[in-house]
Amino acid sequence: MIRFEDTTVSFIRDGKDFIAVDKVNLEIKKGEFFGIVGSSGAGKSTLVRTVNLLQKPTSGKVFVDGKDVTDLTGNDLSALRLKIGMIFQHFNLVKNATVFDNVAFALKASNTPKAEIEGRVLELLDLVGLKDRAHVYPNSLSGGQKQRVAIARALANNPEILLCDEATSALDPDNTKEVVQTLKNIKSKYPITVLFITHQMEVAKSLFDRVAVMSQGKVVEVNSCYDVFAHPESQAARNLINKSFEGVIPKEVIEHEQNLYLITFKEENAYDPVISYVSRNYPLVDLSIIAGNIEYIQQKPLGRLLISLRGTDEGDINSALEYLKQKAFVHKFDREVIANA
Amino acid sequence: MLSEVIQSTLTILQHELLKSIYETAIMLAISFSFSLVFGLIFGFLLYLTSNKAFFEKPILNKVIAAVINFIRSIPFIILVVFTLPFTFLLVGTKIGPVAASVPLCITATVFLARLVEISLKEVDKGVIEAALATGANTSLIIRKVLLVEAAPGIVRGVTVTFISLIGFSAMAGMVGGGGIGNLAVQYGYYRYETGIMIFTIVILVIIVQLAQFIGDFIAKKLSH
Ligand SMILES: Nc1ncnc2c1ncn2[C@@H]1O[C@H](COP(=O)(O)OP(=O)(O)OP(=O)(O)O)[C@@H](O)[C@H]1O
Ligand SMILES: [Mg+2]
Repeated sequence: MIRFEDTTVSFIRDGKDFIAVDKVNLEIKKGEFFGIVGSSGAGKSTLVRTVNLLQKPTSGKVFVDGKDVTDLTGNDLSALRLKIGMIFQHFNLVKNATVFDNVAFALKASNTPKAEIEGRVLELLDLVGLKDRAHVYPNSLSGGQKQRVAIARALANNPEILLCDEATSALDPDNTKEVVQTLKNIKSKYPITVLFITHQMEVAKSLFDRVAVMSQGKVVEVNSCYDVFAHPESQAARNLINKSFEGVIPKEVIEHEQNLYLITFKEENAYDPVISYVSRNYPLVDLSIIAGNIEYIQQKPLGRLLISLRGTDEGDINSALEYLKQKAFVHKFDREVIANA
Repeated sequence: MLSEVIQSTLTILQHELLKSIYETAIMLAISFSFSLVFGLIFGFLLYLTSNKAFFEKPILNKVIAAVINFIRSIPFIILVVFTLPFTFLLVGTKIGPVAASVPLCITATVFLARLVEISLKEVDKGVIEAALATGANTSLIIRKVLLVEAAPGIVRGVTVTFISLIGFSAMAGMVGGGGIGNLAVQYGYYRYETGIMIFTIVILVIIVQLAQFIGDFIAKKLSH
């Protein structure tokens, strides 16, 4: 549905070329809920904005529905944008226009006959649960409600693609849930393809089918959402996942520990008594559990433990680790990431 | 003594007031309506030609901006003199309220154009981007986004322009335009008719206050 082919975007910054998106190759399938994660400045927004040409690639191509859209202008560009809805971190509603007029704007953009506009606007507001707020101005709405208005506007012309740039990042947890629920609801009703940027791992877990991880303009990892969380391949993905432990564990605890490891249980070994095996067979190694949880990503359980390994014998610690690595995904928990968070 | 002053003031007002008000009204009506139309047009032109998302035309933009800055840097009283030949060519006379309206139109237009441009530049880029992303054409974005979002600012700019015009029209009056300002100068200043001076000041203050009040009221109605 969307295909990036060596897509590159560079800006002139301080007189020098700065590459924000670096030869990205990526294909997003029809109907997918596709996520892009990455730290700030990784180039996520810039990449996504090339899909509807808010940002023109410096080189490379972008295909939508098999068609090269890279050089579209004028009416062709308008036609492309009509089939791509977009929502933003800060909602970007016209604040001096009512909720109704904000949604009606998108319908006017597609030259919808006047007689049909009212009915369609109310239908869209009903879809996002805001039918009774049609005649208020955006400033009297909560963040979550504003974003739902923006969603109604984005869906007005029955787009095939919905682009979401940090759509929940400016919202508190309750409003985030509300917007996530609205998107899930829409996704279950319409076969729309969603491309969603976020740096909130909680949101990523609950929404995405597949995820691309971006770092310094490059896509460094693409995998199913479950696999990215279960065994992240790239340093960038590991950093993001480590960061999501931030706040869960007190800093002091982490600072005291030398050998922290994050263990993710492979599905087939999820029920092996791994920990008790280690304590039985490596008596000189003290294993303590710092944190742990089980969550469900794409309806599959994902168990995770943060452990520390202490002991006087390096060799013992290493062989305990080797054993753990056979049974689970193990990676060193990088304290720097937390310290800098 | 006091009654004599009042008596003389009333006599002068009887003869001159209606004519003065009429002349000021002519000057304001012509220059305000002209600058409203062309100030908006040039303000939008400045904005649209500087913006990549619309009709980016750097050279045209620089030319308009330079002309506007050039006119704005000429003190008004000099502009009046400077434009006299042009005024004569245009209206066939160099005196009277219609002639005085020519430099007023020019000054007010460039003044308002800048204020309109500033209001447009303050419109949230993200909102414009969201409008572009819907596939809307430029004309729809101008009407339903730019105008709507910048409306309170534009109305405030129009108010300031109108108030400045009152001041400038008094100056233009001195050099042959007539009007309330001229009344104050001719009688209040040259003939020491303090009563006339005070009376005109009161009238001007009332007009300015009223203009400001109406302007603020509309601006407030338009912003949410
Ligand atoms: N118009 C621009 N001109 C110059 N540099 C830009 C421009 N847009 C983005 N950049 C730079 O490109 C890099 C990538 O920006 P981008 O907004 O795509 O990052 P991001 O991954 O979306 O980050 P965030 O999570 O903070 O939104 C940043 O370093 C940014 O400063
Ligand atoms: Mg971004």
